[in-house]
Amino acid sequence: MHRIGVFVCWCGSNIAATVDVKRVAEAVKSEPGVVFSTDYQYMCSENGQATIRNAIKEYKLDGIVVCSCSPRMHEATFRKTALTAGLNPYMVEIANIREQCSWIHKDMPEGTEKAIILARAAIAKVQRNAPLVAGSSPVTKRALVIGGGIAGIQTALDVAEAGYEVDIVEKSPTIGGRMAQLDKTFPTLDCAACILTPKMVDASQNEKINLITYAELESVSGFVGNFTAKIRKKARYVDEDKCTGCGVCTEKCPSRKGLNEFNMGLNTRGAVYIPFAQAIPNVAVIDKNQCLHFRTGKCGLCEKNCSAGAIKFDQTEEILERQYGAIIVATGFKPIDASAFDEYAYCQSKDVVTSLEFERLMNAAGPSKGTLVCPSDGRHPKEIVFVQCVGSRCSSDASKGKEYCSKICCMYTAKHAMLVREKYPDVKVHVFYIDVRTPGKNFDEFYRRAVEQYDVDYIKGQVGKVSVENGRLHVQGSNLIDNEQVHIDCDMVVLATAIEPDPTARSIGTMLTASMDTNDFFTEAHPKLRPVESPTAGVFLSGVCQGPKDIPETVAQASAAAAKVIGLLSKDSLTCNPCVAHSDPLLCNGCSQCENVCPYGAISYEDREVRGPEFRGVKRVAVVNEAVCQGCGACTVTCPSTAMDLKGFSNEQIMSEVDAICR
Amino acid sequence: MPVKNENWTPTIVAFCCNWCSYAGADLAGSSRLSYPANVKIIRIPCSCRLNPLFVLRAFQRGADGVILCGCHPGDCHYTTGNYYARRRMTLLFSMLDYLGIDRRRTRVEWVSAAEGAKFSATMNDFAKTITELGENKKLGDLRCKE
Amino acid sequence: MEDKYLSEQILRMSGVNPKKCMKCGKCSATCPAYDEMEYHPHQFVTMVQKGRIEELMNSKSIYMCLSCFACLERCPRNVEPAKLIEAVRLAVVRQQGMNHMKPDDVPALLNSDLPQQAIVTAMRKYNK
Repeated sequence: MHRIGVFVCWCGSNIAATVDVKRVAEAVKSEPGVVFSTDYQYMCSENGQATIRNAIKEYKLDGIVVCSCSPRMHEATFRKTALTAGLNPYMVEIANIREQCSWIHKDMPEGTEKAIILARAAIAKVQRNAPLVAGSSPVTKRALVIGGGIAGIQTALDVAEAGYEVDIVEKSPTIGGRMAQLDKTFPTLDCAACILTPKMVDASQNEKINLITYAELESVSGFVGNFTAKIRKKARYVDEDKCTGCGVCTEKCPSRKGLNEFNMGLNTRGAVYIPFAQAIPNVAVIDKNQCLHFRTGKCGLCEKNCSAGAIKFDQTEEILERQYGAIIVATGFKPIDASAFDEYAYCQSKDVVTSLEFERLMNAAGPSKGTLVCPSDGRHPKEIVFVQCVGSRCSSDASKGKEYCSKICCMYTAKHAMLVREKYPDVKVHVFYIDVRTPGKNFDEFYRRAVEQYDVDYIKGQVGKVSVENGRLHVQGSNLIDNEQVHIDCDMVVLATAIEPDPTARSIGTMLTASMDTNDFFTEAHPKLRPVESPTAGVFLSGVCQGPKDIPETVAQASAAAAKVIGLLSKDSLTCNPCVAHSDPLLCNGCSQCENVCPYGAISYEDREVRGPEFRGVKRVAVVNEAVCQGCGACTVTCPSTAMDLKGFSNEQIMSEVDAICR
Repeated sequence: MPVKNENWTPTIVAFCCNWCSYAGADLAGSSRLSYPANVKIIRIPCSCRLNPLFVLRAFQRGADGVILCGCHPGDCHYTTGNYYARRRMTLLFSMLDYLGIDRRRTRVEWVSAAEGAKFSATMNDFAKTITELGENKKLGDLRCKE
Repeated sequence: MEDKYLSEQILRMSGVNPKKCMKCGKCSATCPAYDEMEYHPHQFVTMVQKGRIEELMNSKSIYMCLSCFACLERCPRNVEPAKLIEAVRLAVVRQQGMNHMKPDDVPALLNSDLPQQAIVTAMRKYNK
């Protein structure tokens, strides 16, 4: 039996006006274990806290109940008070007699009666409290960024700026991501490469940042502050240290049939290639499936012509194992496959392109060197139709497409339309839209400029059918405002395809036990207040992996994530929440049900030697990682053998509260 | 049949999750939105911490109504806790008739930290229902007493 | 009162939920019989939603629909306008003496280009 002290606060008149505090203090004296009770005007004041400290010492109290405001307000205060008096802070319980009693009741006897019952419940609970000690775990001061697009680069730069080491793992041979593929950026129309490539160079030159390109995450174990990641570095067949990026090998390579991924397959590249001129690292890579040397064993022209001797046909993939304190997911997006929408004739005509392909066609470094041509025959287009919402905003029961709005399409379509009209005033441009969504700084002004200044023909309606007729494209759509069906013969159709998370996101989410929504976007810890953290401690989100967003938003989120990472890495050790689950090995039967419901992957199983009255020997039991457990209690209820319990909110504690209230 | 007691007022136990509904109850308090004094709140970390046994225990000890309040679906602080709670309570409630407890004596409600008004309205409504239902039969404890 | 009953009947017969429509107009964009129609597929959806069933029943549009189901196939919201048109047509022909095609009409329609099956289908589509 604990020796309990009860302290009833008046909170000025906030409590004392409707609760007879003296009667409460008097009534609880008869409760089992209560050896002291008193009331005071402001318990949270220095004098009030001194009353508590003195009573703890004088009456040798080992349990405290404070009847006051909500624990959300002053629980921490009174826990500290207890600690300074040498009492374990988790031996303090609060009876909420202000928010949940005095403030909502007007009748004094009624309020007093309720306050007494609430105090009894808290006393009953504290009787079952046990001192809890918050553990701590060290923090490895290095961050891992998954994905080397603008989100990953920005996060890495900001974390490195604070003096911490960062590794960027990028699955393709170069960093830069989707932004490197873009021509201009809305709404300012500055060139994407001009603003991105300096950042890429910064990242590569920063001594705190280590780029691991052409590599993928293999597995992750551990928990916040102590992750261990295995990274599979694919074989480039080129020595990264020796290659100077001169590009001679890429010119000599006789196998020219590989589709150029960077140009969205609009042209071809050699089997040995550098993705694009500003690639970082500026190092060639050999496509093993395409290379004649690997297929026939005969070629080797690149090796002969490389003056640096960088070609290494015998290179093998390697597994790097490294420790990290924090992991930032910046896996980005890809456009959906437009071929599912066969009404737009994407598979029938080369002149039907997606917006990202169009980006490459307009780009000075693209397959047509920036001259807008029809991909089918290289002719200059006279009329172009843009179709918005291709695969976005589809209902969940539709056979294809995404339910969400992809957010960026309205703006980049306006940008494309504007750029075409600016460069080629002779080209007619039509845009089919359902809604034009422009919530952003200078966004609507930008769209209006496309309509008013550049004379882009915006048609409210959707395209129903695109057909190939005499080498041109026939577009049949509806104009809802004029209530008519429109027919346009044009040379190119540009589809503003929805964006979806990168296909690697799902497996990375599984590795990190970071939760994802049904669209494979990562879920944030709180939709409003913790937007850059995953619910899994130590995992942070940056960029489109969390949801569709444009470049400014991505960069803002990337820096926000970096701030959170820096906050974490600046600590030498982490104090854990001691109110975590723990399993009684005597009762646990190793059924794995708790592991299934744990949202954090905090529960694992190990064979342990157990010595109890009924069982002696080695058995498989659940073990909770206290650094990872967040204390929700889902496992405690699912446990069929009541082995699992939650410290601070144990079965016994809650049952005692129930009993006290129903007495 | 229970004896009709003139002075009877119901005992209602409300389990509130720490992050949404308990905060909602606090907001109801700071907004001075009243609800009956016989509603007593027990704070739990998450609605998924509510063991169905706690509900039965309350009925066993003489509670007339038990209500569980948690975050709205999709808003759980622990991501999925309230979904577990919802499934568990659905299962428990489906057995209540069998146990001899009127189903209307239990309820699951979603109250966010911003919904003080909803918390108060919910509690008023629930207390009214329980008052109309009258005194509950205590569940017997068939285990051997020591 | 009657309108409400009618629209409920149409919704039940078609199984369509017009509220799902986001007014993109893709149904009317894809419709091959658009020019023949007084009310276009997207209008069917909004008019049913607003309970304007009688206007639709009195319109020739319901016989112009080819039942090609292109609107249904391409609708991003899976609203299925063709089923609404079908339901309105059925609501008309199920009434006494409202068959749209009588057996006596058939000989005049026969010509060598028209497959016989089309006539059979039309009899099924336009008669109760």
